[in-house]
Amino acid sequence: MNLPLFTTDLCLKCNICTAACPVAAVTDLFPGPKFVGPQAERYRHPRLSMPDVSVDWCSGCGICSRVCPHGVAVAEINILAKGRLTKERHTPLRDQLIAHPELLGRIASPIAPVANTSIHLRPARWLLEKTIGISRHAPIPTFTRIPLRKRFRDRCFDTPLDIKHDIDHTVAFFHGCSSNYYEPELGEQTIAILERLGYEVVIPPQICCGLPLQSNGLFDAARRHAQANITWLAPFAKQGIPIVGTSTSCTLMLKHDYRTILGIRGEDVETIATSTYDFFEFLTIFVKNEINRIKFNSLHARALYHPPCKLRNHGIGAPALSILRQIPELQLHLSESECCGAGGTYGMKLEKFPVAYEVGQGLFNQISQLELDFVICDSETCRWWIAKHTGLPVYHPLEIMARAMDIQP
Amino acid sequence: MPVLSTQLLVIGGGSTGLGVAWDACLRGLKVVLVEQGDLGQGTSGRYHGLLHSGGRYVISDPTSACDCAVENRVLRQIVPHTIEDTGGLFLATPTDPIDFPDRWFAACQELGVSAEEITTAEALRLEPALNPRISRVFRVQDGSLDSFDLLHTLTAEIKRAGGQVWLRHRVEKLILNGNTIVAAEIRALDTDELLTIGADFFVNATGPWAGQVASLADIKVPIALGKGSMVAMATRPIHTVINRCRPSSDGDIIVPVGTVAVLGTTDVEVQQPTDTTIEPWEVDFLLAQGEILVPQLAYQRPLRAWAGVRPLYRPTTGELGETRELPRSQIILDHADRDGLQGLISVFSGKLTIFRLMAEQVMDLVCKQMNIAAVCHTAETPLTMTSRSFYKLPDRLAKLEVTTSHDLPQVVCECELVTRLAIEEALRFASTLDLDEVRRELRLGMGPCQAGFCAFRAAGIAHELAPTAPASGGLTPFLEERWRGMVPLGWGHTLRQMELTRRIYLELLQTHSLPEPTK
Ligand SMILES: Cc1cc2nc3c(=O)[nH]c(=O)nc-3n(C[C@H](O)[C@H](O)[C@H](O)COP(=O)(O)OP(=O)(O)OC[C@H]3O[C@@H](n4cnc5c(N)ncnc54)[C@H](O)[C@@H]3O)c2cc1C
Repeated sequence: MNLPLFTTDLCLKCNICTAACPVAAVTDLFPGPKFVGPQAERYRHPRLSMPDVSVDWCSGCGICSRVCPHGVAVAEINILAKGRLTKERHTPLRDQLIAHPELLGRIASPIAPVANTSIHLRPARWLLEKTIGISRHAPIPTFTRIPLRKRFRDRCFDTPLDIKHDIDHTVAFFHGCSSNYYEPELGEQTIAILERLGYEVVIPPQICCGLPLQSNGLFDAARRHAQANITWLAPFAKQGIPIVGTSTSCTLMLKHDYRTILGIRGEDVETIATSTYDFFEFLTIFVKNEINRIKFNSLHARALYHPPCKLRNHGIGAPALSILRQIPELQLHLSESECCGAGGTYGMKLEKFPVAYEVGQGLFNQISQLELDFVICDSETCRWWIAKHTGLPVYHPLEIMARAMDIQP
Repeated sequence: MPVLSTQLLVIGGGSTGLGVAWDACLRGLKVVLVEQGDLGQGTSGRYHGLLHSGGRYVISDPTSACDCAVENRVLRQIVPHTIEDTGGLFLATPTDPIDFPDRWFAACQELGVSAEEITTAEALRLEPALNPRISRVFRVQDGSLDSFDLLHTLTAEIKRAGGQVWLRHRVEKLILNGNTIVAAEIRALDTDELLTIGADFFVNATGPWAGQVASLADIKVPIALGKGSMVAMATRPIHTVINRCRPSSDGDIIVPVGTVAVLGTTDVEVQQPTDTTIEPWEVDFLLAQGEILVPQLAYQRPLRAWAGVRPLYRPTTGELGETRELPRSQIILDHADRDGLQGLISVFSGKLTIFRLMAEQVMDLVCKQMNIAAVCHTAETPLTMTSRSFYKLPDRLAKLEVTTSHDLPQVVCECELVTRLAIEEALRFASTLDLDEVRRELRLGMGPCQAGFCAFRAAGIAHELAPTAPASGGLTPFLEERWRGMVPLGWGHTLRQMELTRRIYLELLQTHSLPEPTK
């Protein structure tokens, strides 16, 4: 039995997760995390087909697991159920497509200018909606012509043995799909900040962490991705090189989901889990003093910081905040919403879009009332989503940090 | 003066009594059945849930084994909707007698009890939670059978066929004319009224009470009572009946029934049919034995414990010595033959699996004595008008799936997925607004929270239907019955659940200071 399933027995039926669930709050079609989770699990027979499909409305934000007072891995139970559902049913082409951001990037980046203009054209969006069910209101990122790995060929290493420098001051950068294919400037700034702080940044071989596959229930493929990453990253982790990522969902996969949800066991995955850090988590642990000594440029702006669900699920607080707060004249407001609604690829789906948008309404309202210059958020899909629906620029906190350190993109 | 007379009066509304009444109806007799409690309040509502393949008796009681094998097939035909076709496994562990599986398997083949040996790898593929150290595995035709469903179906069919089923009526006196029983004095427990029913023939099907009822006619039926305790786990770690392949003993079976898996049983001699207190050692023993078959039980939540009482026939002198194992096969006593008393047959012991056969045997005897030529039709008469398929675990959940928000069901009991509509319907047809009766019919409050979050909702619905009754109607006794089952498991998960519930009701809602419900 998969580990999270053991926690079904812990459920006291208190409904705190149901009350906290952002999706159940806006649609009756989702009976809530408890209902489709620990409760429904008692009725799912391993040898009979799944009786329920409503678990598909779960956006995977993970709030339920965080608020459970009794240790039920509600979100994990639900994503496992989704995996079962997908296995039993036919997966729509759309879900296959959006679950492969890396493949899309690889195909589209050589023809980025064409791909970008055509995919963002209105008729194209209309067609995508009508044919495969990608909502035309959902943000779609732009492809880069030159992926990060191409820009930093000299920093790509296959094994730690190739590195000539001081292992103690080396970090392995897990850039994920977005920094490689969609936002390479973010990757550049990450490397620049780390180098400024005295680290050598190496880029180990890697592929998509597998989260979009997992969220769409494509567990076998997600597991293949995980295995590949484990094989590539383990030598670095075993050398004591920290693995640092700027995408909070990728790093959560490495830390948590590979083991707990995909059920991968072994020394390698354990070592990777304990060696992986969110970018700001790394900074606040390893270079705390150096950061305290930095004299940040002042940044005269009003901004709102929204810590994304996946960051909250790390259980590390919001480490970016302590650094952002050191920036003079940056007036920071905190998000009062638990979730922006995007849910990774969830909000892209035609049938899910209205729900996702409704979930984000609270955040969008707060943002519009505050008269902000920009919004800050660690997760890429949330950033694209919030930008699309508020019209404001949305930055990764490291972009703000870079700006305050005079690091130009 | 009898207020009513009938051809046959059946005393006891368990599976045996209802089976007899149904058989009698099909033979064209006028029948009244009286039951002192509600459906399933006796042993039939407290049993283990196993539809026997016969495998458990091939060594100790070959006749029962054959009967079970045959009746198993019959019940699958006539009441499929009460049965889950789980299949069963007999597992030998390394600590069990090494020669037993071969002896057992040979006996199965000789008696026609279908059994097939499979590899341990196959068994683990089927049931990954099994102890990987098992040495041999056989597959049999076990199933699980929801007795509440069975009792309700039987009652409905009896009524449809013109028979009467009186609940909460207790036989307190049997009235003789010479050496013939002619009438029974019955107390209506709701009103405390006494009535008399005259009948041509009487069947005493009162299970562990059979001795007490027989004594109303001054007949001695010596019965030893054996209490068997069971523990239900909140979720099912296995979906096949798991038996231990060794000489039959305590704690050697796990039955997946509905949403739970039931470990059982013990065997402790008790004095009264109502003596169902669970001892701490019984719980420890059952859990420890269960873990041998399914190790992960150690990490799972036991939900509740309860006990049923077996009547075991113990004639004072004669064939059976006190020390020998008392037979568990059915006992049918023809009191005309045995005691010179006309018009009464007692039937008890046996198994729920063979209730139909027991009823057939009783009715054959009744008909012979009454000079009626009718023959039994129960084996080929399906118990519901339409042909239904086997009960399946996912059904309840599947029924609640909706695609639009217009037809949202209001789920009152979230653990067992009981809707408001179902409760309202049950209450409307119930003889009283009793939550415990609704529970037995719908499984209200029988899941992990043991009514913690549905009792007050259900009480509210009951109040809506009968606004003059106190809103507390039956809430306290209903909850106390739930807690009684949790107390023997008062540690860990179960204790925390119970304490949460108790604080909600006793402190937040102050239910203990509510007025007592009036009858
Ligand atoms: C612990 C245990 C586990 C078991 N497990 C299984 C199993 O897994 N599979 C299986 O096939 N069998 C099993 N059995 C056996 C099975 O439960 C019984 O054979 C069956 O339930 C007997 O039903 P009954 O109708 O004879 O008795 P009961 O169900 O006890 O019915 C007797 C009824 O008579 C009523 N009554 C008593 N006195 C009076 C009176 N004076 N007036 C009116 N009514 C009265 C009582 O209220 C009671 O409802 C088990 C038994 C026990 C004890």
